[in-house]
Amino acid sequence: MDYIDPHIHMVSRTTDDYATLARMGCVAMSEPAFWAGFDRRSVDGFRDYFHQLTDVEPKRAAQFGIQHFTWLCINAKEAENVSLSRDVIAMIPEFIECPNVLGIGEIGLNKNTKNEATVFLEHLELAIKYDQQILIHTPHLEDKYQGTRMILDMLCDDSRIDRSRVLVDHVEEHTIGEVLDRGFWAGMTLYPVTKCTPDRAADMIERYSGERLLANSAGDWGPSKPTAVPDLIFEMRRRGHDESLARKVVYDNPIEFFSQSRNFSFVPRDSGSESDS
Amino acid sequence: MRAASQILTESFLDVRAKLLEVAATLDRIDRSADQDESLSSAAQGQREQVDAAIQILLSQGPDRAERLQKLFSRDYDSSWRQDMKL
Ligand SMILES: [Zn+2]
Repeated sequence: MDYIDPHIHMVSRTTDDYATLARMGCVAMSEPAFWAGFDRRSVDGFRDYFHQLTDVEPKRAAQFGIQHFTWLCINAKEAENVSLSRDVIAMIPEFIECPNVLGIGEIGLNKNTKNEATVFLEHLELAIKYDQQILIHTPHLEDKYQGTRMILDMLCDDSRIDRSRVLVDHVEEHTIGEVLDRGFWAGMTLYPVTKCTPDRAADMIERYSGERLLANSAGDWGPSKPTAVPDLIFEMRRRGHDESLARKVVYDNPIEFFSQSRNFSFVPRDSGSESDS
Repeated sequence: MRAASQILTESFLDVRAKLLEVAATLDRIDRSADQDESLSSAAQGQREQVDAAIQILLSQGPDRAERLQKLFSRDYDSSWRQDMKL
């Protein structure tokens, strides 16, 4: 089955991973800007990273027939440094017109601090000013519930935000309901130990139907599995669900959500023409 | 959808293995606590969370996973924006 991984960090993955993903049916991916595993020391560190996301990775992906899209921001972990964050936010417009940029992300919270919330709100201003879609990172483990509620408060308190253009990622059993009820899109991250397994993701699809629901691998430099989305497809198949339900979550929904971005020029594998986005 | 009996049969060995891991881990903690000093206060809090989680597993209802997640979560306070002056 052709699928789209809506959240994967390919700068941290090998060329062999691209080859494997292509063989498993991955036809497109979106790569949000995130923490590199160390704090960058200057705005130029981010400028180089955004060059990598908008120029280098699309070419690497294209070698394997995979279409690569991206999101720009300074992540929640480095947002603790508010002055650096402001410099990065001021620099993002240099890249916002690049052809593979879908919006601002992954912004969010990490330890739910005042500085993180301040930088989150300033990213929202940037997204509104440039009419960008938003991709959101929610915190890990014991901080997830509190942080997700705080993020939803900030989004819902701002009437300029169009909830149908916001994807809240890394939802789990205790956060998915609130995200969907309030009109946002929700992403489930299939991550060993700290997030969600393919079995639990399939349970959430069964409980909430597939409406406004996406699944991703969030493959990065840490313990993660870039081929986790095909694992979910296999689990859905094993349970006897219609192929159309799995396809909705891993293919139709990403296309529907991303198509709200003017740069989503996705070409389906079996058609020569661009999707009308 | 699969029948309940089929789900249970297919999952039984997996659930059995996971329960055994939990049982053996609790035994390991208790064995060490017998010889050693008792648990630190942080570890004691974690131990109590594990006990509370096991109680949730024994309860009825369609939302055990969600309740377990909330048990392992920090509290949310709706007045956080006023508190942080944001
Ligand atoms: Zn990520």
